[in-house]
Amino acid sequence: MNAAELTITELRSAYAAGDLTPAEVLTTLAAEIDARDPAIGGYLSYDLDQALADAEKVDLSLPLGGVPIAVKDLINVKGHPCSCASKLLHGHYTAPYDATVIRKLREAGAIPFGRTNMDEFAMGSSNENSGIQPCRNPHDLGRIPGGSSGGSAAVVAAHTAIAALGTDTGGSIRQPASHCGIVGLKPTYGRVSRYGLVAFASSLDQCGPMTRTVADAAALLEAMAGPCDRDSTCLDAAVPRYTEEIGKDIRGLRIGLPSEYFAAGLDAAIRTRVEDAVKALESLGAEIVPVSLPNTEHAVATYYIVATAEASSNLARFDGVRYGRRAQADDLIGLYGKTRDEGFGEEVKRRIILGTYVLSSGYYDAYYLRAQKVRTLIRRDFEAAFETVDLLASPVSPVPPFRLGERHSDPLSMYLADIYTISANLAGICGLSIPCGTVPVDGRELPVGLQLLGKPFGEATLLRAAHAYESVRGQ
Amino acid sequence: MNIRQVAALARLELTDEEAERYQGQVEQILHYVEQLNRIDVEGIEPTAHAAALFDVVREDVATGGGLTREEALSNAPAVAQDQFRLPKVIE
Repeated sequence: MNAAELTITELRSAYAAGDLTPAEVLTTLAAEIDARDPAIGGYLSYDLDQALADAEKVDLSLPLGGVPIAVKDLINVKGHPCSCASKLLHGHYTAPYDATVIRKLREAGAIPFGRTNMDEFAMGSSNENSGIQPCRNPHDLGRIPGGSSGGSAAVVAAHTAIAALGTDTGGSIRQPASHCGIVGLKPTYGRVSRYGLVAFASSLDQCGPMTRTVADAAALLEAMAGPCDRDSTCLDAAVPRYTEEIGKDIRGLRIGLPSEYFAAGLDAAIRTRVEDAVKALESLGAEIVPVSLPNTEHAVATYYIVATAEASSNLARFDGVRYGRRAQADDLIGLYGKTRDEGFGEEVKRRIILGTYVLSSGYYDAYYLRAQKVRTLIRRDFEAAFETVDLLASPVSPVPPFRLGERHSDPLSMYLADIYTISANLAGICGLSIPCGTVPVDGRELPVGLQLLGKPFGEATLLRAAHAYESVRGQ
Repeated sequence: MNIRQVAALARLELTDEEAERYQGQVEQILHYVEQLNRIDVEGIEPTAHAAALFDVVREDVATGGGLTREEALSNAPAVAQDQFRLPKVIE
């Protein structure tokens, strides 16, 4: 038994049977990382000694007792680096506190282990914007793992982690999960605390689990979710027992297929895989209903105004004064400008410029305010659809993972591939990606994800349907 | 778009090469997002947050849950007299 290949459920059973100890699992993972991660680039760092010290104190009777969790490098874990894959912070920042999600996971017995690679400050869909090192898809090392949580997806898929945390602002959990063939869940806005996450776009960001199975995602979400007195946007309500959804049937569940998500631009082989998955859901007793989300065509434009505006404000804090690398300059304004120009990578600077422009005097109403109004229309599309269906089903990405470098010079074409994922963030609803087969690309089989979208705070239904599908997949 | 003016607002010192490249790319993106001008948004309320807003309140007492001075300064590039050190601002 290779401990690194286990799911959370299997690992918990092995602990209960006395077959493994957390220290053995951590040591095995470290060996697997050393042997295989250099070719993938999924990790930016790990600290085995610290994790072993955590493991000594861990209570194995807790729901996640002794389970190591890899952490996207924008989530603060006390004593660990937190670089956001940016040169501005890499080697210049050690987190002085735990994010709320980390505190909750520790209270459930989990052990944070390893910092995963990402697009710098979560800006990107390919992980090519990491300021530290490229990350590769374990299914084809010449191709991208997706992004921005590309490292988290790659290490779970490569069996160099048991499970990982990602964040999703426009698809950054679901899209890399789809490209790497794992489960990735973006919770409803307000389900999981954002305290201790380095903010990209505060009205869109959510943290969620990236795992090998739906049951593992349910277990992680159950531990991560819930009220936080340091995030005023985090819902003050009890967390459902998501793990109890596993194994329930989906007879009579109404699942909508948004026609706009199966339109021109969707790869034919991906369409077939997703349609097969929908047939499987139907065979399990779900009722499939056509629906329309008419403002879908405006989602990318809306998103890239709202998200960059918020980013330009959030990233103002990186000025070389309180943390991070500081450039040498004679005066304060020069210090700010040089620090930020030298520290930020190309995509981050491009988005800061765009966001600053759409918020600037004279342009605010034309761009930012108008985008916020279109955001209302997009949200209403989902409200109307969810009056007749319980879930929506669609592809995650219109295309399979592309080769590293293939699209890097054309940011707009990269943004357009986010079409199926970003509306969920604008509307604040929950969604997940679950593997639904593979498509052949240049002689290799590459994973494809099925996206399920749920009503606000409807994660229980989402997990129930995903598990029902998972249990018949490939039959 | 005056790229130098926007970059100055964002406190970004760009090289000439960067300024030229970003000018073209950002204008291409702005051209794309101008499709939103075709939509009738008359009378539509803007959405700032997707979730209904709620607030978290508690008694106004110090909880001691924040960072100590030492922790707050632990990542500072330069420190003097227990404070963040910066180039001289006032002549």
